[in-house]
Order: sequence, then C-alpha cells, then structure tokens
Amino acid sequence: MFAGYSAGELTAIFAMQGFAGLILFSVFVLMALGLAIIFGQMGVINMAHGEFMILGAYVTYLVSHAFADYMPALFSFYFFVAMALAFLASGALGMLVEWGLIRHLYRRPLDTLLATWGLSLILQQIYRSVFGAREVGVTIPDWMMGSLPLTDMIEVPINGLFVMALALGISVAIYLLMFRSRWGQQVRAINQNRVMAGAVGINTERTDRLTFGIGCGIAGVAGSAFTMIGSTGPTSGQLYIVDTFLVVVFGGAGSILGTIASAFTISQAQSVLEFFLSGSMAKVITLLVVVGILMLRPQGLFALKLRK
Amino acid sequence: MTDFSKPKTPGMSRRAVLAGGAALTASLFAPRGLRAQDFPTAAVNTTGLAVTDSTVTIGILHSVTGTMAISETGSVQAEKLAIEQINAMGGVLGRKIQFIQEDGASDWPTFAEKARKLLVNDKVASVMGCWTSASRKAVLPVFEQHNGMLYYPTFYEGLEQSPNVIYTGQEATQQIIAGLDWVNQTKGAKSFYLLGSDYIWPRTSNKIARKHIENFMEGCEVVGEEYYPLGHTQFNSVINKIKLRKPDVIYAIVVGGSNVAFYKQLKAAGIDPTKESPIVLTISVTEDEIRGIGGENIEGSYACMKYFQSLDNPNNIEFVKAFKEMWGADMVIGDVTQAAYLGPWLWKAAVEAAGSFDIDKVREASPGIELPTAPEGYVKIHENHHLWSKTRVGRARMDGQYDVVFETADLVEPNPFPEGYQ
Repeated sequence: MFAGYSAGELTAIFAMQGFAGLILFSVFVLMALGLAIIFGQMGVINMAHGEFMILGAYVTYLVSHAFADYMPALFSFYFFVAMALAFLASGALGMLVEWGLIRHLYRRPLDTLLATWGLSLILQQIYRSVFGAREVGVTIPDWMMGSLPLTDMIEVPINGLFVMALALGISVAIYLLMFRSRWGQQVRAINQNRVMAGAVGINTERTDRLTFGIGCGIAGVAGSAFTMIGSTGPTSGQLYIVDTFLVVVFGGAGSILGTIASAFTISQAQSVLEFFLSGSMAKVITLLVVVGILMLRPQGLFALKLRK
Repeated sequence: MTDFSKPKTPGMSRRAVLAGGAALTASLFAPRGLRAQDFPTAAVNTTGLAVTDSTVTIGILHSVTGTMAISETGSVQAEKLAIEQINAMGGVLGRKIQFIQEDGASDWPTFAEKARKLLVNDKVASVMGCWTSASRKAVLPVFEQHNGMLYYPTFYEGLEQSPNVIYTGQEATQQIIAGLDWVNQTKGAKSFYLLGSDYIWPRTSNKIARKHIENFMEGCEVVGEEYYPLGHTQFNSVINKIKLRKPDVIYAIVVGGSNVAFYKQLKAAGIDPTKESPIVLTISVTEDEIRGIGGENIEGSYACMKYFQSLDNPNNIEFVKAFKEMWGADMVIGDVTQAAYLGPWLWKAAVEAAGSFDIDKVREASPGIELPTAPEGYVKIHENHHLWSKTRVGRARMDGQYDVVFETADLVEPNPFPEGYQ
C-alpha cells in the first residue's frame, strides 16, 4: 500500500498516525478514569457512566450559550468554566445517586448493574425531554478548532492536543488524590477491607459518597471535552460505555495504573489496525485479542495482590 | 431546550395552520370539499377499516424514544402537519383524519408489535411510519399478512418492492448516480474514497456507487472503501489514510453520532470542505444532522438528495412557513421530513382517486398518482411504488442550510432493483 509514496510523505503519515494513536489513548484515559475509580475502588458497575459524561456535555452546551448571550467578549475561554461546572454538576448528581440508590446495594454489587442501567435509561429520557431528541451543536471557540501545521505535511489537530493535555492533567490529579491525600488513603483502605476500615474509624459512608462523586465528576469533565470531537445527544453516552468498560476490565479492576496501561495498549492496537485494515475489522481484532488475553489472565493486566 | 413533542402555542398555531392549509387548497387543489354523504361509509369501506361517517383513522408509527428519536421526530411532526392541513380543507372523502400514534421505541420487535396492534386492533386505514430499514423489514410481514398500507419516508438502499408499502423517499440509485455524475462533470473528480457506517444502507449504497464509478464513469476509480461500526467516534486513522491516498472526493455515508465525530475531526485534521481538496460529498447529512455537527464544521460539503429546506418554489415556501408556525421557528426540515409530509397527501390522493378506503383499491389507484403540490416539486408514484423525483446537490452553509447548486433536469425514475449494480 505504500508503493509510489516518497519517504517524506510516509514519515509525515506515520507521524500523524502516531498522534492519532496518542489522541485515542487520551480519549480512552479520560473515559475510563472515572469508571476506574468507581468500578475499581468501589466495585460498583456503573452502567450510567456514559450518561454522567453526557451531563457534562450538556452543561458545556448551556455554558457556551450563556457566554454567547451574556459575555461574548469572554467566549474564547468559556470552555474552562464549562469543564469546572461539568465536574460539579456530574459530581453532585453522582453523590445524589450514591445516597439515593447505590449505598443500598453495596452488598449486592451485581445488582448495581441493573440499577445503574435503569438509571441510564431514566437519564436519557430526561435529557430527551429537556433538550429534545435531536443532537445539540456545541460551538467551540475558534482557537480550539483547526490544526497546528508542524511541517508542510504534518498537521496536528488542536482539539487533540487539548484532550491530551487534559488527560495528563487529570491523571496526575488522580494520582495525587489517590496516593498523597487522606481521602485516597481511606479509599484504598476501604477497598482492601471495608469492615476493618470502618473499625479503625474511617467514615466509610462519607468516603464512598465522595469517591462516587469524584468518579462521576471526572466523567463530566470527559464529556465536556468530548463535545470537541463527538456528538452531544441524549444517547451519545452509549457510544462510550462499551469501550470504557473494556479499558477498565482489561486494565485490571482496582488499578489506576492498569487502566492507563490498558488504554494505551488498546488505543495503539486499534489505531494501527485501523490504518492497515478497515475500521470494522480493526475493532473485531482488537476485541478478540482482549478476550484472548482476559481468558489467560482474568484479573486483567495489573491486579492488586489481596488476601481474600 | 425546547420540548419538541408538542406544538408551540397550540391555539395560535392551529389557526395559522388552518389559514396556511386553506391558502394551499385555494391555490393548488381544484376539486375541494368532497362531502361525506356523497360517499356512504358502507360503499367506501367494505373491509371493516376504522372509517365512520365523519372520520377515518390512520396510524403513525415512529420512534419517539430511544436512539432513533433523533431522526424520527421530524417525520412525526411533518405527518401531523399534513394531517392538520388535510383536515382543514375538508379531510379525505369528506372525513376528518384521526390518528393513533404508537412509539416504536427504536426497537425493531416493538415496531412489529405496534404495527400489528394498529392493523388488527385499531383497523387503521393506512400507517405513516418507520425510519430505519431494520424497522421497515420488521413490520413488512405484518403489513403483508394483514394487508395494511405503509407510507415509508426514508431514503434507503432499495432492493425491495412490497405491494403494501409506498416508498416516499428515494431509493439508492436515484440518490447516488446523479450526484456522482455531477461531481465528475462539473468538478472533474476522478478518484473517490468511499466511507460508511457498517450496516446495510451504506454498504449497499457504496456498492452502487462503486459499480457506477468503475463501469459507467470513464477514467474514474475508487481508491478506498471502508466501514466503521455504528457509533464509532474516532476517525483520525481513516483521515490519515485519506490524506495518504489524496482522493478527489470523499464519499461519506456515515450516520448518527459518528457523523458528528467524523466532520469535527475532519475539520480539526486540516481537511476544510470549503477548499474542495478533497471535495466532501455525502448522502447522509440533512439539515437535521447539521444541527448536531455544527455548520462551521461541515460548511462547504456537498450533499446529494431530493429535498433541501432552502428550495425556492412556492410550495416549499408555504410548507416551511406552516411547519415553523406549527412546531417553532427554530425548526429545520430535512429530506426525510419532507418525504414524510408527502405520505398523508399521497394517501389522500390515492383514496380519492379510488373513491374508497379499501386497501386493495387504494393500491390499485396508487401508481400514477401525482402530487403537484409537493414541497420538493411535482412527484408521481411509479408502478414499483417508489416516487419519480428530482435529485439535487446542495452545498452546506455556515448557518446549517444548503445552497442548491444542481438539480436534475427531469424526474429520475426509481429503480429499486438496478441491473448491473448488484
């Protein structure tokens, strides 16, 4: 397939393809981090993860309109406000859901699957009633559109760079929260032994609520960022949920590092395969490989060593 | 932020619609006001359909919940508008149309079940409905078993012709061939990259496109063809491949949420459709989809279909006005919405030509039925139950509308089983 192309052209294409892989990696990381916290640390199978993301996207949509109407001068920077609000809105909804629904199901983790799936249907219909069934268009500030020409041939999409920076920032923030903060210590303690953690005086209920809230909040930020590259509609969240679970399960539940490693592996595999094969075949092969590896290694790439 | 399920300010808009309908009637429909007493119920309804001395009941069967609600909402709105207008000018054979609306809920078995309910329990005289081919295939056996009549609005892949369906959208050859010839002749395009979502419509359509490009367009070639799963959101790899192959035309049949992702990423990767290198040509983006994609992302792309909201003819101006009065000024009208609007009118014309609501007589009367008042311009039902219609090419504008840049001189004959294309 490369016959008839000059070395320069090929270098340029491979460089851009490398960027494409990194962008996909960042997208996967953003999608999966929130779920990794909720599923990995709490064992809750949150099927409504995509809907929390879309809440963030709708918040972005509302903020963009508010800025366009009331503060057009500051429109270029609305995205940062939108992401902060998306975090707060999704996080608050997450905490509400934890209080009203999830906390009653901690002893029955499989039931969280059904409960949150129902929740996702309810949220979809709420979005549909409030925002209409059609997708909404989120206007992105001009500086975030288009591409950055590095050379004549190599062009890097700016929104891709933005997603990469955001993924990096959130990963670092989560690392600090998990391993350098009191909350992180408590989360990890509860994950290892809930009863014992409670016995030594950790307020497990409050920590659970905060954990769920933070996980959902990160989903909201991801949804906000994805308005740059994807659609915003009542059911758009469904587009992400399968890949998200794939990344988290493949990485090994309970390991944030595993999630990142898994996101990297899957995104690179998919991106390279997509380039050499067609899109559908790339997906099929990626899924087959993941299934194969999970059969040999059911605990995922990285697993916490726990005495059960 | 708008609730699309209800007309805005019903009282006002109803009057406005009545006025619009009346104007339409006066100007375009010569024989108006058939009186019900001239058509006794026993004579016009010999098969026990839901027809009384003053009313006739039809069904509306679309998804208003689930994934497909995005697309099907416009069709429901158009059908309700047509029904209101028909009632305002006296109904069908002097009978007001009542409708029973069922929700297919984006689930194909539900479509079949609701179709059965409409035909068996409600005895509706016709059904306006379905959007995806999958839902149509699901209800087809029901309509054929219980002898119902379905008016199906979506442009689709063809390869079907049922005595129980009138296809008011274009089949694939009508939509595809004229557009390819146009881009070849006026833009000198020689190489094509075919791209689509991975299901029957894009695959069949691209198959027809490939056959046409390779067999009927001199010196033209397909340099790539590939499909992505429904709901795919990452197109950077394929965009790189397109850059490598440097086609003259990207022929894109991407649908749903993927559509939005594709155009946003295309723009972000530095392929600006306004520069026409390559030219972006699509058959899957109507004005409806542009609202989600954003005009700034798709501006300059070409779409090939039979209707655009910006069509400049008196029928369409009237139609757009009435639609916005009923459903809100911020509404946009896409190809399928217009096709859905034709359904009730075509049915009315066929019933009145047959002088009967009986399905068999309506079917017999349907071929040859003309609709000079269609917003897209004159259409006519072909023997094969599809419509003769013109094909047009539009160029997307920043504001989400299309400028019509080309229109076939004559009506294009529908050809659901094209020889040499399979």
